Amino acid sequence: MSEYLPPCNDIAFVLRELVDFDALCAAAGLTEVNEELATAILDEAGRFGSEVWAPLNLQGDHEGARLSEQGVQETTGFADAYNAFVESGWQTLTFPEAYGGQGLPNVLGTAVNEIWQSANMAFGLCPLLTWGAGEAINHHGSEELKAVWLPKLVSGEWTGTMNLTEPDAGSDLAAIKTKAVPEGDHYLITGQKIFITWGDHQMTSNIVHLVLARLPDAPPGVKGISLFVVPKFLLDENGEPGQRNDVACVSLEHKLGIHGSPTCTLSFGDNGGAVGYLVGEPHQGLAYMFTMMNHARQSVGLQGLAISERAYQLAVAYARERIQGTRTDGSKIPIIEFPDVRRMLMQMRASVEAMRGLALLAAAETDRAQAASDEAQAARHHQRVELYTPIVKGWMTELAQEVTYLGIQVHGGMGFSEDCEAAQHYRDARILTIYEGTTGIQAQDLIGRKTLRNKGVVLNELLDEIAADCESLSSDAQLAPLARRLSQGLEDTRQAVAWVLDSGAQSRDAAGAISVPFMMLMGYLCGGWVSCRMAQRATARLAAGEGDPAYLQAKVSTARFYCEHLLPRVSGLRDTILEGSESVMMLPESGF
Amino acid sequence: MKILVCVKRVIDYNVKVRVKADNSDVDLANVKMALNPFCEIAVEEAIRLKEAGVASEVVVVSVGPKAVQEQLRAALALGADRAIQIDSEQMPESLNVARLLARVVEQEAPELVLLGKQSIDTDNNQTGQMLAALTGRPQGTFASEVKVEGEKAIVTREVDGGLRTLELTLPAVITTDLRLNEPRYAKLPDIMKAKRKPLAVTTPAELGVELKPHVELLKVEEPAPRQAGIKVDSVDALIDKLKNEAKVI
Repeated sequence: MSEYLPPCNDIAFVLRELVDFDALCAAAGLTEVNEELATAILDEAGRFGSEVWAPLNLQGDHEGARLSEQGVQETTGFADAYNAFVESGWQTLTFPEAYGGQGLPNVLGTAVNEIWQSANMAFGLCPLLTWGAGEAINHHGSEELKAVWLPKLVSGEWTGTMNLTEPDAGSDLAAIKTKAVPEGDHYLITGQKIFITWGDHQMTSNIVHLVLARLPDAPPGVKGISLFVVPKFLLDENGEPGQRNDVACVSLEHKLGIHGSPTCTLSFGDNGGAVGYLVGEPHQGLAYMFTMMNHARQSVGLQGLAISERAYQLAVAYARERIQGTRTDGSKIPIIEFPDVRRMLMQMRASVEAMRGLALLAAAETDRAQAASDEAQAARHHQRVELYTPIVKGWMTELAQEVTYLGIQVHGGMGFSEDCEAAQHYRDARILTIYEGTTGIQAQDLIGRKTLRNKGVVLNELLDEIAADCESLSSDAQLAPLARRLSQGLEDTRQAVAWVLDSGAQSRDAAGAISVPFMMLMGYLCGGWVSCRMAQRATARLAAGEGDPAYLQAKVSTARFYCEHLLPRVSGLRDTILEGSESVMMLPESGF
Repeated sequence: MKILVCVKRVIDYNVKVRVKADNSDVDLANVKMALNPFCEIAVEEAIRLKEAGVASEVVVVSVGPKAVQEQLRAALALGADRAIQIDSEQMPESLNVARLLARVVEQEAPELVLLGKQSIDTDNNQTGQMLAALTGRPQGTFASEVKVEGEKAIVTREVDGGLRTLELTLPAVITTDLRLNEPRYAKLPDIMKAKRKPLAVTTPAELGVELKPHVELLKVEEPAPRQAGIKVDSVDALIDKLKNEAKVI
């Protein structure tokens, strides 16, 4: 079994050099939070994640979850590991102090989350969803609802789920059919929800389902959907889980990956109706879900980083140990010495570093929006969150496919064998471009809501910022080659954006046909930008004689590799965007 | 009762140790460092004694550059009350560490001093014994069980072929073995509280100790690579090889 070594140094580097964590905390009024505390938290999370969660990753893949008469039985060992996680207080990290949280910044929560998701992605989904359910109740629930349900979601003593999808309502949530009928102080819910991640298990004394359903007087479509809390167990007079609610897992999916995560079909109201409590106002359910969406989608993007980091570590370890070939002096050659293996490892590494930079930069924008001194500032940061979200989710999860693919390739035939964990990472990564909005949905969001709707204003602000950084990069002789590549990528991007704002605005098909290439182009550009910025900070530290020279030099070399091997993809994508939209829809439907 | 726990910052046990190209030492550049596992067991034991109501205060001390404050904070997060850093650019050898600690013992006057039996980097297994000698305290080394009864500490030690139980008169020095306890993970709220706990910095000069080198590190070499094994097809073949090739039976 492979070991997971939490990349705490690299995470801390991004927090310090790219995010400017101390300044961010000071601006947010968090006087006691700084890089030193963040490092201590990351170290301990790393220890816990690598020693308690990571050893169960393989077990989760092999054993999975099974459905018994008592409901879903999770993988052996998960319950103890989960309870240790709760006892250590990890679930509380970013929640408000009023409900038992630690009130730490979102960017630190994101940094720590990378560790959980790398250690055991299938398991990490459970606290991820609990976080989402807790935040939804925190933002939109009444004080009464919060007092009842929030503290135990914050602590993790109860877990949460998100119930959106139905057999006929996937990407199109307007088609939701689940019903909610008022009865006294609550509602009775009936219907079926599918693909409910961690929809049932035996690890905790209760599960809090957040369910989208329609009230009897609901207007049709997306404006008629309400959000409900539906617990697995109803609470008794002492607020403790008592009688079983009318909700049950009726089947589990057999999946390509993330076997440790039970994906449930939940049936509500088979015996008359499941008791549910309305969150916020009627008919606002979808709007409420949308406020959670940025974070949820960025978290899935982060899973792309996390699984890539794991695949990278495994590939490096194998490449060091796998001996193939003999030198003239008779000594043996580990495959890490071969240039093509090095190319693959560098590509994995450069991808991982760029993803980490972008993920944390994007996560920090949420903190900056919250800490902003005036509304205009807050709006600017919020727009940036909105812009980054589809890029983080869409591009990072797509890139993770390539990184986990290379993870297998480095292993050669061994990688194709299920005896090697590289195969598990490859299979596990595959869900990431699908759940929480497919790649197509992310691309449509980026080109439509985030670009065309505001006539490219928000996007162009980002491009101007990148242009300014190009200038400052090019003034450093050592970084000038990187600056040249980044400037070229920026120029290509400006052409692509101009096309989108002009030709793309003319017809829905034109924009839709090249939306994914456009999203990927933005991802590669942003990845190059953050890589160059990290290289710039590393160079400055080197010049000042601070830090470990080999470590800092590696940042510069990795950024250079990114600029020379990944950033040029922007040019090809530009060509596709400028010229390739027509051929997408050229064949009539009957031609397929 | 006050307990002083002496801890050391060492290379993380998960890290694959590499030797510097010039064989002058182990390469510590950009390597993850951590609390020495035996020291962690000592901290855990002290905290358990505090939780059991036996101890009233747990003080942790370490010798080294500012970076050792990370390990001191980690010990504070686990439940120690306050910390002392003896600031030194170098990681001094055992005797110097023991002399520094002896001065702290003099100042703090703890009833019990707990140390890991050895650090996983240099594996010397000396500091606790030296400290006991310098402070004139009885010592119980390689403890696998510690009980405090009144003015006595009952220490079970792991020795070849069995267990030896000692009764020490407090104040005493105890060094911990691997099976004494299983250290806990720090809780997130405690990591945050650790930041606010007192951490004092002193220097060898302030303690009146001059660091004198007695040992010089000549070179460090990688162990010889292991030869690939072979499969034998019968017990007889194995015995034959053990007898005639390995010459061990």
